[in-house]
Amino acid sequence: MFRLLCLLLLLALPAQGEEVVAGLSQDSVQITTNFDGSEILIFGAVKRAAPLPDGPPLQVIVTVEGPTAPITIRRKDKRFGIWVNNAAVEVDEAPSYYAVATSAPWEDVILDIEDLRHRVSIDRAIRAVGLEREDGADFIEALIRIKESQNAYLNAFGAVEISEETLFKTSIKLPANLTEGDYTARFYLTRGGEVLDVHETSIDVSKVGMEQFLFNLSRQQPLIYGLMSLAIAIFAGWAASAVFRYIRL
Amino acid sequence: MGVEKWSKAGVKKVMQIYLPIAEVSVNAFLLLGLGGMVGVLSGMFGVGGGFLMTPLLFFIGIPPAVAVATEANQIVASSFSGVLAHLRRKSVDLRMGTVLLIGGLVGAALGVQLFNTLKAMGQVDLLVKLCYVVFLGIIGGLMFLESLNAIIKTRSGKPPARKRHNWIHNLPFKMKFRTSGLYISVIPPVIVGVFVGILAAIMGVGGGFIMVPAMIYLLGMPTKVVIGTSLFQIIFVTGFTTLLHATTNFTVDVVLAVLLLVGGVIGAQIGTRIGAKLPAEQLRILLAGMVLLVCGKLAFDLLVIPSELYSLGKAGGH
Repeated sequence: MFRLLCLLLLLALPAQGEEVVAGLSQDSVQITTNFDGSEILIFGAVKRAAPLPDGPPLQVIVTVEGPTAPITIRRKDKRFGIWVNNAAVEVDEAPSYYAVATSAPWEDVILDIEDLRHRVSIDRAIRAVGLEREDGADFIEALIRIKESQNAYLNAFGAVEISEETLFKTSIKLPANLTEGDYTARFYLTRGGEVLDVHETSIDVSKVGMEQFLFNLSRQQPLIYGLMSLAIAIFAGWAASAVFRYIRL
Repeated sequence: MGVEKWSKAGVKKVMQIYLPIAEVSVNAFLLLGLGGMVGVLSGMFGVGGGFLMTPLLFFIGIPPAVAVATEANQIVASSFSGVLAHLRRKSVDLRMGTVLLIGGLVGAALGVQLFNTLKAMGQVDLLVKLCYVVFLGIIGGLMFLESLNAIIKTRSGKPPARKRHNWIHNLPFKMKFRTSGLYISVIPPVIVGVFVGILAAIMGVGGGFIMVPAMIYLLGMPTKVVIGTSLFQIIFVTGFTTLLHATTNFTVDVVLAVLLLVGGVIGAQIGTRIGAKLPAEQLRILLAGMVLLVCGKLAFDLLVIPSELYSLGKAGGH
């Protein structure tokens, strides 16, 4: 794969500045019955027309983002002696999964203004504009904390390896509890914190086989799905009863 | 490029199963074990076992909405298995069961409505837990005291007297229930049925833990008939609840249900046989003890400051 990329590099037409050429070890993830997570190897190269420029070293940021959806964050408060869901904040858009891998500590790879523009960091990827509450930030913090504890959000600063300021690679872990949908892998090329180039590619995460069949059936033919579930339950109940009776006789 | 096939670390993979509706990956043996354990209790006491299983499913990370709906489906299996054993022993009052069932279906429909409304408000967890604490507390406490009294009376030589007549027996629409040896109004059993149906839908339980004491203390049915009859009613009410959840919430996970019910039906068969050998009072005091235990644990969780104050939920009317 690396050889192929090097070839691509050589064949590449002269380009302005520096650009990313990247690939993934897999462009689709299949959720099967015994799916318990996956790891995607991400690699690429920097295509440049001119010789290596002087100045700050080249840095790479790789992000993988799952499908986004609005999400409600609730806080429990003590009311009448018990802990109940009380205050709530709604976030317009939060990714179901988000991973950030960088080639150096965060401050060295991207300027805050660039992060704001490209929405690279986890905080910025969560679109929470106009939170009505003063303590809204606490809720966002809690969202990130909970997602991190589920391995759904992860920061891997320094996990991208760069060699010769040209080739880079990293791997990103996808947890077992994965939501279906289109995932996006993004590559940011930076120098001195300024983003030089952005490249995007998608990863298709979908259920296959029995998982897919059952999921689709439950959404498209819910009545048949429900009846099937009942039939299985009644058959299992009868079978156990019959078997035990046979054993005892 | 292309698709990667995962085949390494085979042992671990065999145990982990990805649930298509719950969208989580869990250990298959854990689910089989939980199902079996709860199944034994289900057969012994004539309760669906849902009041134990649903909180256990929350605990292992199944989303509450999926746990409640799937548990209803699993209860169908364990109750059906249990009721067959009771039918052979002729300890099912089909007539009483049908009257309870009519109420139960109405209750289940109301319960699913309430469940969906509260889910949108983010208060479904609280409602479920409060229901557990209140009902388990009252019923467990009452049953414990009563069984204790009965055991003391038996020890002191007097036969335990069943109260045959109270105000309930003076209501209109009387009906003869031969198997139970009762001639009472249909109003109380219908009301009991509605109530149990609501709980079945909200709490992901069969409602046996409410119905069994209600039948004994409110309707005055003999203990031996009560268990089979409650199982009979539970099959249909939880079956109906499963269909309602499957068609309105899409939260029935059939893979999860199968894993739970394989353990559950086997456990229920064993439990029914244990139950038949134990004296009624001891059976009741055991059930009371267990009900109080679950109640205590849930109450404790509500009172003690949670380790994570925040929780995430889908926004909007999902």
